[in-house]
Amino acid sequence: MPKIVYDGSNDPRAFKDVIGGTIISLLDSDPDVIYVDADLMSTIGTYKYHQAHPDRAINVGVSEANMMGVAGGLAAAGFKPIAHTFGPFASRRSYDQAFLSAGYAQNDITVIGTDPGVCAAFNGGTHMPFEDVALYRAIPTATIFDITDTVMLEDILRQAVNLPGVKYIRVGRKTAAKVYGIGSRFEVGQAVKLREGKDITIVAAGIMVHEALQAAETLTKEGIEADVLDMFTIKPLDEAALLKSARKTGAVLAAENHNKIGGLYAAVCEALSRELPTPASFVAVNDEYGEVGPQNYLQERFGLTADNIVTRARELVKNKK
Amino acid sequence: MAADIKQLEIYATRIRIGSLEAIKARGFGHVGGSLSVADTLAVLYGAVMRIDPKNPRLSQRDKMVCSKGHAGPAVYATLALKGFFPYEDIKTLNQPGTSFPSHCDRLKTPGVDMTTGSLGQGTSLAAGMALGDKLKGRDSRMYLIVGDGELNEGQPWEAFMFMSAQKLDNLTVFIDWNKKQLDGYITDISDPHDFKKKFEAFGFHTQQVNGNSVKEIYEAVMAADKVRGMPRAIVLDTIKGAGVKEVEDTFSNHSMAAAPEVFDGWIEGLKEKLAALEGEVVHA
Ligand SMILES: Cc1ncc(C[n+]2csc(CCOP(=O)(O)OP(=O)(O)O)c2C)c(N)n1
Ligand SMILES: [Mg+2]
Repeated sequence: MPKIVYDGSNDPRAFKDVIGGTIISLLDSDPDVIYVDADLMSTIGTYKYHQAHPDRAINVGVSEANMMGVAGGLAAAGFKPIAHTFGPFASRRSYDQAFLSAGYAQNDITVIGTDPGVCAAFNGGTHMPFEDVALYRAIPTATIFDITDTVMLEDILRQAVNLPGVKYIRVGRKTAAKVYGIGSRFEVGQAVKLREGKDITIVAAGIMVHEALQAAETLTKEGIEADVLDMFTIKPLDEAALLKSARKTGAVLAAENHNKIGGLYAAVCEALSRELPTPASFVAVNDEYGEVGPQNYLQERFGLTADNIVTRARELVKNKK
Repeated sequence: MAADIKQLEIYATRIRIGSLEAIKARGFGHVGGSLSVADTLAVLYGAVMRIDPKNPRLSQRDKMVCSKGHAGPAVYATLALKGFFPYEDIKTLNQPGTSFPSHCDRLKTPGVDMTTGSLGQGTSLAAGMALGDKLKGRDSRMYLIVGDGELNEGQPWEAFMFMSAQKLDNLTVFIDWNKKQLDGYITDISDPHDFKKKFEAFGFHTQQVNGNSVKEIYEAVMAADKVRGMPRAIVLDTIKGAGVKEVEDTFSNHSMAAAPEVFDGWIEGLKEKLAALEGEVVHA
């Protein structure tokens, strides 16, 4: 069970250290795990390990489509490959290979796409994927994670390497808010209820979980009690948890660091419209391209903030009655 | 047009200073790959390209695609010094709302001919632009700059085959062979072996020069521009971080963060070099 320790403070560990550290620990403990990267090892601290173990930690160079295919081939040869590059290159740039060489051919691989959405910050619009979830959702049976903090990352990455199919993990490299206590275990496909409320359901993932919790705090003061779900597994979506909450609150707000098209909001709406039509809205990128700047500026620029969650939640609750 | 080599050396030094001043204002950025390509940019914008800073979108102009889009700071310094926009503007690099992002963006920066940043993609874009100019009957030349690590990608080689098949003799590709990519040495990661032989085998007129010598680059471009019936390649033998000893000697010099004083030290060294070059001009 996940232990919730959220108090608004920062995670003491940076994601990049835990990504690299967990990959290395998996390589050391499981001889079938193999790691491929496309010239971005130094961004997650694995280049030294690669130099010492070039047969288990392979740098394919700046060739993401090739990397995805090589990972598929290694899977066919009996390995459990982990492939890492930045999010846009782990999705757009190598999509057909992820889809066919891995997915369709049933070569099971784990893909880590770092710096999703606004986390790409200073690398700018070319490096800012607001569509990676949409792409991976369209790969049949793929499993998609949008990571909240380093405790979750470590547990999910360890589980992912042993899951079937194509697994996509989107995660930043800097620090985020600390939400879960050390040793927390997560069930793939099971949302975590972070807060109980009766007036509105806020479904969040990734960096938006922290924003959602802050927003819920503000909303309480206005007499609006929010149910907050950490929907860290975007596919398969935890429909049971979503529907249970929506049945209680009658209004759903999805918050994601992604385009409103094809991601968490879309998945939530698809489930609701089929099973339990419920007024819903989004705090997500409103069908725009990314741009350069500090992450906090970009969150404001694209409306990915606690304030915006509060505004949208108010509207939804008001229109309920 | 015979170029004034001394003036090109001065331009290249100013481009290095501008790159570092822009990066210093943000505190970090792509230092190594900006410095290695400064001499090529100085030659292209100082003595080769027919462009008008007042009319950056004239269709009948020569064009440059920096496919290694992370060399944005060097491109911005080059264009600022040419008068496309005020020099001070480049110090807004990567600030909120800036026109100067890490990676070149044709919609944001006057004078930037193509948007790049996802490595490899600039090659096909340059091929299409060069072909389009030919089909439209324009007397425009295309200069394409690629990184040696970038050539790990497959797309550039698809583009090179296309350039050759289409006999794009209005296009010259520069390979910034600075021996390093992001993680380390290209020979340790994905050894390209002999770029010159590769381009020859792809049907390019190919030369290899000291890519940190404006004189050698200039002469190679002049020779290349005379070639007809095939695309041209110039392999630039460069040093990643060229012009700043401390950067050259740093292993991880792709993206660097440093204190303002450190940047100031590097800039000071370049300013001394600039003063010496200008002194030579006065006394000549
Ligand atoms: C498709 C793609 N993959 C990865 C990156 C991240 N990246 C930026 S620069 C770089 C290394 C480039 O090396 P090189 O082309 O040699 O550049 P230079 O040495 O001239 O700076 C990498 C991997 C990217 N921008 N685009
Ligand atoms: Mg290089």
